[in-house]
Amino acid sequence: MLQKDAQRLSLLLLLTPFLLWILLLVVLPQLGIVGISLREKVGPRQFTFGLANYLAFVQEPIYWNTLLRTAVMSILVTFLALLVGFPVAYYIAKIAPYRSQTALFLLCLVPLWVSDLVRAFGWIVLLRETGLISGALQAIGIIKGPIELLYNDATVVVGLVYTVVLFMIVPLVSTLNGMDNSLLEAGHNLGGSRITVFRRIVVPYAMPGIVAGCIIVFMMTAGSYLTPILLGGKNSMWFTEQIYDQFITRYNWESGATFGVLLLAFTSFVVWLGLRLTGQKLATTVAKD
Amino acid sequence: MKRTRLKGLLASALGATILMGLAPAEAKTLRLLTWGSYAPDKVIQLFEAQYPDIKVDVTFSNNEEMIAKLRATGGAGYDLAQPGFNRVASAQLEFDIYKPMDLSKITPGRIDPLLMERTATETTVDGKVYSVPHFWGTSGLMIDKTKAPSVSGWDDLCDPQYKGRTSMRLKRTILLGTAFAMGKDPFAAYGDLGAYQKILDDVTAKLIACKDNVKAYWQGGDDLTTLMLSGEVVAAETWDSTAFRLFKHNPNIVYVPPKTGAHAWIDTFTLPRKGEADDAAYKWINFVMQPEIVTMMSATSGAIVATKDGMALLPEDMRKAVQAAITEKDVEKFRFAPGVPPGIEDLEGKALERIKAASSK
Repeated sequence: MLQKDAQRLSLLLLLTPFLLWILLLVVLPQLGIVGISLREKVGPRQFTFGLANYLAFVQEPIYWNTLLRTAVMSILVTFLALLVGFPVAYYIAKIAPYRSQTALFLLCLVPLWVSDLVRAFGWIVLLRETGLISGALQAIGIIKGPIELLYNDATVVVGLVYTVVLFMIVPLVSTLNGMDNSLLEAGHNLGGSRITVFRRIVVPYAMPGIVAGCIIVFMMTAGSYLTPILLGGKNSMWFTEQIYDQFITRYNWESGATFGVLLLAFTSFVVWLGLRLTGQKLATTVAKD
Repeated sequence: MKRTRLKGLLASALGATILMGLAPAEAKTLRLLTWGSYAPDKVIQLFEAQYPDIKVDVTFSNNEEMIAKLRATGGAGYDLAQPGFNRVASAQLEFDIYKPMDLSKITPGRIDPLLMERTATETTVDGKVYSVPHFWGTSGLMIDKTKAPSVSGWDDLCDPQYKGRTSMRLKRTILLGTAFAMGKDPFAAYGDLGAYQKILDDVTAKLIACKDNVKAYWQGGDDLTTLMLSGEVVAAETWDSTAFRLFKHNPNIVYVPPKTGAHAWIDTFTLPRKGEADDAAYKWINFVMQPEIVTMMSATSGAIVATKDGMALLPEDMRKAVQAAITEKDVEKFRFAPGVPPGIEDLEGKALERIKAASSK
């Protein structure tokens, strides 16, 4: 009996930091944001309760267009990250010799040692009109005049893929690592072509990793701020920028909070939809049997 | 006996707590919330040498972030802020984040009386003055005169001749400038939101059409500096101080007051409502208004200090840049933006969003 109590106590103690963190730093601020988003401003320092901020979002095409744009581009980034990340992960987990696996994995981590901001500025130095790439291309003689590679949507997508691809690779490597090579051999022995083996064995096995990677990458992209702002041009409004603007430049906390809630709800919805469409469950990505 | 000892213990514990509570106020840290380059290290060192009991702690920010930061804490966390003069009264009305200034504590006779009065008029709420001026300057245009000699008005940034070679900042200055360039007077419409919206609609349409002409919207002085010095941009909206600083690096880059008049601004000293070191704040204000400090301040910020002899005390190379750019006539045409009444910023924010979100071909 006493032992059971002790067990329970140690469990509670171990959980406490996590619970405090979740409650104080995640749940409470979110509730605060929801609270502010339901506040209507009637005059200086006077507020009433209401849904006006949500209505304003629906009525203003700029806002929901930006949200849709952000979502579409985030999905594109997620897809590209999967496309780029899968071969890398497969190589690290299955093809590379066992001894170099750790080194390769570490190599993937190297870009993370530098802050987001510095990496974005790295891209700027490379891609700007008077930048390295434009200069090099001119020196070789491929192009005549300087070329501007910054400030467009393609640059934003490339920059984002670069930032997030690692978060695709890590879950993929860990799932693929668990796959028994004999499964592949069996597939080949039974006459499966490379494509069939890949489609029927590798992909289904890696599915939890793919789903986990996609969710992380999508959420990170939709919530990213620096890369779209620094690399994006005059047209590329990202939804997070909209939120920042509402809070900081327009002093409109109510509407900023509304946008925050909407971003969370919308991205959650997209993830749910993605899971539904691919027939996956969130549980299978976390718990591996 | 035992009882009294306990009491004594309690009392001393209480005393200690009170002392601890007071300590931060007495330790004198001056937490300054200001613009980048408005508090150079050298000046801070001199100040700390003169007042060894005060330590200066600087946070760099801009108009909007200053207000946002102070609003989040109800005016706590900083002892002295430097918002623009036309943003103080509305922020005070809306969020109650400042406290009135005790003008008797400012060393008399140093600050330019005209700027002082203008600041006082704009920052008076309920009969109390909230700010004194520190730096002043103008917003206008910056050109590389070898490549864009014909740019002389706000709307010239939209001249197709310089397609992809101009830059501006998507903030209220460009809205106002474009309105003036279109022959309208937005300041006159400040009192009438409907009329102001009409002006804004025209300006928005114009700036959306102009989007194609703009290479990028700059966000801060560093952005703009790189764009201009690399030659990627040949004409841009600018703060005069940024242009004056670039003159040193490339004498072809000059400041041009737009023909409809440059927009003058004043950055102030204002006390946050829950500031804890007012004395130190006043000491800092008086310290930086001394002639030898004024020159140092101007050298890093590129702006003119609001003392009577602010112009004369500019560092040598900057005085040249100013003389190359601004004539007496330009000074007469300076437009001092009146305080922004409530509601205006909402309309402007919407207009700016529309411009940013619109797509150019």
